[in-house]
Amino acid sequence: MSSNVPDDRRYTPSHEWVQRQADGSIAVGITDHAQHALGDLVFVEVPTAGRRVAVGEACAVVESVKAASDVYSPIAGDVLEGNAELAATPERINTDPYGAGWLWKLKPTNAADLEALLDARAYIALLAAAAD
Amino acid sequence: MGLRTPLYARHVALGARMVDFGGWDMPLHYGSQLEEHHAVRRSAGMFDVSHMRVVDLEGARTREFLSELLANDVGALVAPGKALYSCMLNEAGGVLDDLIVYYRDAAHFRLVVNAGTADTDVAWIRARAPAFTVVVRERRELALIAVQGPQARAQAAALLPAPDGVAALALPRFAGCALPASGPDHFIARTGYTGEDGFELMLPAERAVPFWDALLAAGVRPCGLGARDTLRLEAGMNLYGHDMDAHTTPLESGLDWTVAFGAGRAFVGRAALEAQRAAGVKRRLVGLVLEDKGVLRDQQRVLVAGLGAGEVTSGSWSPTLERSIALARVPAATPARVQVEVRGRLLEARVVKPPFVRDGRARVAL
Repeated sequence: MSSNVPDDRRYTPSHEWVQRQADGSIAVGITDHAQHALGDLVFVEVPTAGRRVAVGEACAVVESVKAASDVYSPIAGDVLEGNAELAATPERINTDPYGAGWLWKLKPTNAADLEALLDARAYIALLAAAAD
Repeated sequence: MGLRTPLYARHVALGARMVDFGGWDMPLHYGSQLEEHHAVRRSAGMFDVSHMRVVDLEGARTREFLSELLANDVGALVAPGKALYSCMLNEAGGVLDDLIVYYRDAAHFRLVVNAGTADTDVAWIRARAPAFTVVVRERRELALIAVQGPQARAQAAALLPAPDGVAALALPRFAGCALPASGPDHFIARTGYTGEDGFELMLPAERAVPFWDALLAAGVRPCGLGARDTLRLEAGMNLYGHDMDAHTTPLESGLDWTVAFGAGRAFVGRAALEAQRAAGVKRRLVGLVLEDKGVLRDQQRVLVAGLGAGEVTSGSWSPTLERSIALARVPAATPARVQVEVRGRLLEARVVKPPFVRDGRARVAL
């Protein structure tokens, strides 16, 4: 399956995306590849505002009919907001993983940490290598 | 590469996500297993179940043979075409498989058995059939398509030659008939594994694709194994290998109702079941509705205050109820509330008597 990988954001090997927002906050979600692998999502747990998270810390859970998956924070920071809409409509992650399916927003401890993450080309290469 | 049904190329062409199921390459879903589930509850969906095994038994003593082989009583099959759901047990009362047996005529019965156990089932049957001079014929050249949902029978029957359509619609529940105008070896039954009304059609492999395409053109939705599992779980139907296996008896699997202990009928496993009943059955299969947020999954531990633990045998999400449900094997005296260990936390669940959904509506208080 060729998945959608927009080049307006960064990625991690564990299939999270990270995008700087206009107000300086960082939004995090899971990629099209990840939502496709999980299947229909039925339950999502997002972190609460105020929580301090470390890079690589499990902060959210996405559960499909098939399996539950932890979502890890790509960078360190303080959670500003978890996407409250996902409680009622978890399927947004399936239909719009890069938009309305955002999981949480945080204030980064160090905004430059974003630059260390994979760009779209590197993530596409990673997906291609894994598919072999 | 696994075994492939005659409809394999169709599943791939429809964009199915294919998975291995007991050695077969089968469609998990065609895009959304939740939508496929809803299609079956609301209109009609179709399933390729050609991986299941059709076994025809022929001979004057076939009924006598099956009377001994099966835990349920084929003596109940009086009208030609009538079907029965039964377990086939080993001598210890453990379940070798669950199956449906169809009475075709006085010297001919048909069994449909699960894909994963088909080879061992047939070996077991072949070992015992000669004593009754019963001939065992596997019908591996037949494909099976299940069409299920409130519109299923009407839509499927409309695609058959008129006399066959009439015969199919006249079938009572749990009965089948041949479709002579459609051709040899066509057989349709008003049975299914979804809790909805519908048909299961057995037909020559080379006719499977044309019939599938005709159903598709008529608007019947292709549905995969994912939806099949959530549908049968809502309907409170057991899945072999999960809710029961060779080490569990029907009495501890919610299948007491499928065992006929009528006077004088010897059947394989009877003595073991009677001994278990006399001693008191220690465990039973129950339904669970998860009250906290989360999803119940197979093998999670069920904690029962004062009585110890049980385990989830089939856990999943109920798209109709919009919460997680499960079947679980627990101590016999388990009361109305339990806790389940889900991803390291103890969540609250309510014990219910399945089915969870019937005729498209919740059967348990929410």
